[in-house]
Amino acid sequence: MKILVCISNVPDTTSKINFTDGNTKFDTNGVQFVINPNDEFGLTRAMWFKEKQGATVHVVNVGTSTTETTIRKALAIGADEAIRVNAEPTDGFYVAQQLAEVIKNGSYDLVIAGRESLDYNGGMVPGMVATLLDMNFVNTCTGLEIDGNTVTATREIDGGKEKISTSLPLVIGGQKGLVEESDLRIPNMRGIMMARKKTLTVIEPIDVTTATTDVAYDKPATKGAVKLVDADNIDELINLLHNEAKAI
Amino acid sequence: MSVLVYTESENGKFKKTAFEVASYAYAVAQQLGTTVTAVSFHTDSSDTLGNYGVSKVLNIGNDNLKTFNAKAFAHAITEAAEKEDSKVIIIGSSTDSKYLAPIIAAKLKAGYAPNVVTAPDSTSPFKVKRTVFSNKGFAYTTINTDSKVIGVSNNSFGAIENNTTVVAEDFSPTIADTDFSTKSIKVDKVVGKATIADADIVVSGGRGLKGPENWGMIEELADILGAATACSKPVSDLGWRPHSEHVGQTGKPVASNLYIAIGISGAIQHLAGISASKIKVVININPEAPFFKAADYGIVGDAFEVVPILIEKLNEFKAQNA
Repeated sequence: MKILVCISNVPDTTSKINFTDGNTKFDTNGVQFVINPNDEFGLTRAMWFKEKQGATVHVVNVGTSTTETTIRKALAIGADEAIRVNAEPTDGFYVAQQLAEVIKNGSYDLVIAGRESLDYNGGMVPGMVATLLDMNFVNTCTGLEIDGNTVTATREIDGGKEKISTSLPLVIGGQKGLVEESDLRIPNMRGIMMARKKTLTVIEPIDVTTATTDVAYDKPATKGAVKLVDADNIDELINLLHNEAKAI
Repeated sequence: MSVLVYTESENGKFKKTAFEVASYAYAVAQQLGTTVTAVSFHTDSSDTLGNYGVSKVLNIGNDNLKTFNAKAFAHAITEAAEKEDSKVIIIGSSTDSKYLAPIIAAKLKAGYAPNVVTAPDSTSPFKVKRTVFSNKGFAYTTINTDSKVIGVSNNSFGAIENNTTVVAEDFSPTIADTDFSTKSIKVDKVVGKATIADADIVVSGGRGLKGPENWGMIEELADILGAATACSKPVSDLGWRPHSEHVGQTGKPVASNLYIAIGISGAIQHLAGISASKIKVVININPEAPFFKAADYGIVGDAFEVVPILIEKLNEFKAQNA
């Protein structure tokens, strides 16, 4: 089985979000970048397939050279090879079309992407890739078992979960549940050393028109101070929620 | 050229979000000088959509589209868009809608703007405001393509009444067997309870509750309020509550009217995930808990003392206001 894990390079979840250049760009100053958490669950599941069922695992990122630290981390976790599409991604559709090209040329059986990336929260790349290539697609995927070409997947739905049967070739939009948080791997020294020798192929992007453009950003208005209610005066809380907030 | 909206239903009844997306579609149609056409699957009656500005409903009743299937539903909606020559497609933010939207966008070669919170700032260029960075920022996004897909954020625009004469029409899209190459085998779903995605009120518990055996009072409080129950990330990681209840940046987003956090300190990732909720209440024993900075109302106190009294007082309140 040939697996491609699509990883996005995103600010660490604890990052403070600021914008620069007259609110037209995300301010990367002082921001630490990591593998998108939803992708990391998928990468770890891919490692499981590699070790238990035999699979080749490639990782791909659409980004400039600044994302190579994150790509090397994925190699240190255990991916065999990496590909970087050398472009500044403009929107999800752009990324999906670049990835579709990589997948077409690499004939992958399974493509694992995250349900959404934690920067622009588009949640569109896996679904678009699957549609462009007419591959099967399971979103918000929290469980994945593969036997030959037969796939049994679990997907999170509002208020529960759904079991799905499908087949390879398949694209998933993965998330926590594919593996548990405690299964995530921190690269060890041997992994880091080996990652330096692994192949990272840089390819140039295909020509794609930009479907959407972020023309400006801003931040939510700062919140007023909390109204504290005394623990002995719960009636007051109910009164505020009913009469002031009109929430109950 | 009407604006097309996918109005989600369950067991024949429209979901609350269907009226919100219909209202949004009406606002867009007003700006473009056109009308709204809704697509719905197996609904008992589509008349209620007329209260929210819908002029025409395409009722899909194909036997094989009784239960949700992303590829087949996306195919049906795309076919409806082509039939109506609709260039703007409005969709919600439920798990199912977010599954459909990118498929529809890729089929129509449409730019897709998800998590949109207000009516378009302008329609030429077509510019919308959406949340990014897990609600820590907003982006103003232009959609440059001829066809456009807009995902409306839950509980952002609201359901707005606009009485319109509505005409219903049966519509049978041509669905191929290949559209069912992913099949649902089994659905495990809580029945008769509000879900985090569409509840008006969410009651959420954190590590401060000390153990899963103490969730009885959280569930009781939620029952009184007709609320969904949720939990913080550590609670789901410890296995005290199921993953499906985990809310926050890497869990489910919450956009309820009221969010009550009990024994949750308020890590930045948690606050990001729940920040779209309108009113936030925190009950925490530690006055330094970061959640107090993000909340509208707060009680510094022991959850094990405060929550039972809150339950008792809410029961009294309900009895008086019944």
